[in-house]
Amino acid sequence: MVKETNSARETIKLGKNLGSNLKPGEILALSGQLGAGKTTLIQGIAEGLGVKDYVTSPTFILINEYQGRLPFYHIDLYRLEDPEQIEELGISEYFEKDGIVVIEWAERMGEQLPESAKQIKIEVVDENKRKIWLSWE
Amino acid sequence: MKLLAIETSCDETAAAVLEDGKKVLSSVVASQNEFHKKYGGIVPEVASRKHIEAINPVIAEALEKAGKKFKDLDAVAVTYGPGLVGSLLVGLCAAKALAWSLKKPLIGVNHLEGHIYSNFLYPLSSLPLNKGEMSRANLSRVPSREPRDRGGISFPFICLIVSGGHTLLVLMKDHGKYETLGRTRDDAVGEAYDKVARFLNLGYPGGPIIDELAKKGDPHAITFKKPMIEESFGYDFSFSGIKTAVTRLSGVKIEDLAASFQQTVVETLIDKLIRAAFDKGIGRVALAGGVSANSALRQQLKERGEKDGLEVMLPPLEYSTDNAAMIACAAYYKFKKKQFAALDLKPIASLKI
Repeated sequence: MVKETNSARETIKLGKNLGSNLKPGEILALSGQLGAGKTTLIQGIAEGLGVKDYVTSPTFILINEYQGRLPFYHIDLYRLEDPEQIEELGISEYFEKDGIVVIEWAERMGEQLPESAKQIKIEVVDENKRKIWLSWE
Repeated sequence: MKLLAIETSCDETAAAVLEDGKKVLSSVVASQNEFHKKYGGIVPEVASRKHIEAINPVIAEALEKAGKKFKDLDAVAVTYGPGLVGSLLVGLCAAKALAWSLKKPLIGVNHLEGHIYSNFLYPLSSLPLNKGEMSRANLSRVPSREPRDRGGISFPFICLIVSGGHTLLVLMKDHGKYETLGRTRDDAVGEAYDKVARFLNLGYPGGPIIDELAKKGDPHAITFKKPMIEESFGYDFSFSGIKTAVTRLSGVKIEDLAASFQQTVVETLIDKLIRAAFDKGIGRVALAGGVSANSALRQQLKERGEKDGLEVMLPPLEYSTDNAAMIACAAYYKFKKKQFAALDLKPIASLKI
């Protein structure tokens, strides 16, 4: 189903809702253009998971780890376009850890993305408005 | 007292020999930039492998340039975080093996702490030439001058640490005593530069490219909102919004875009740093980290400092980006306090200051 948010605050709230309902081992695959609000949504998800730390962008180091009521792994593939590089990163190891894995620019994984992954697509409508598509609802 | 320091937290393999906490006898940095360029940033697996190839030659070169042998060393220092675990491990293994085999103490240093200590190092060009060294013409970008007291090492001061992975404001009260006043809530400032450069197809790393381009543009051509400048945000930063704002513009001259983006970022950083100094009643401020090499940031902070009556410390350019001399400098003060690490020292990816 598609949800609409009218501000970053509403996007965070939606994320918080998603975050509080996640179960161990779940994988969320996010896509959306630069500046769509992927990190914003993930900040909400982390809050819903009880992560107290600031969730900052992992673009530079590719993977950030947090601890909430479950371990939380935030992966960002923005810089990686070569599937081989993604394979070398060892992301699949994080799928076995019984935590929550959230992947930004997940479309870059191609067939390496597990079928069980829940998909989220964010579309920019205008400066503040976003359409957020959740594959499982 | 001679210290060998090793730094491998990100994509530079570095080693340095420091004498008495001040004199850099050598500082060798092997950059992996060329390998990471094509990925628009660091790839951890590639970084670790390159560190393994470079570490021994880099250490050997540092000793050779310093004119020292392993037996001349009094301690071995190493960065143990924050950074990429695979990269940190390479430096840690080398340092531990050396410390153990030489029977000298091992000193673990926080990378961010090292950046702050870069402010206490003299520019290489200001030091007397080492034996056998003819000139330092290759460092001509650093004005040659006599070693002078860089204001000494006195506390407290407030340091803005800005790099590809970090943006934080730290109050340093004494050696080893820090209070974090603020940090980024989303993107690090260097990362915002990288992302904007990538979006504009300018290449990697974004910092120096945008800095250069900005010199040809009008910094007031476009008005961006200064992010989180309201006092209610305290000393925290946010650079995700301005990155988004840049991507939403079209039909703008690229030089003007670069100059306006840079101007907003630089003003935001300086405003917060100066405000923190006034709020805390502290008269000294400093810069550190890779983005402290940014020409606009250095120049404008100097001007603001003069206007507002604050003493501004800037690290020598050659020690702005990642290097091991700054790690050695921080380690020297730990050595004096006998703060040694055990040989099971582990890398900590998200080590805080």
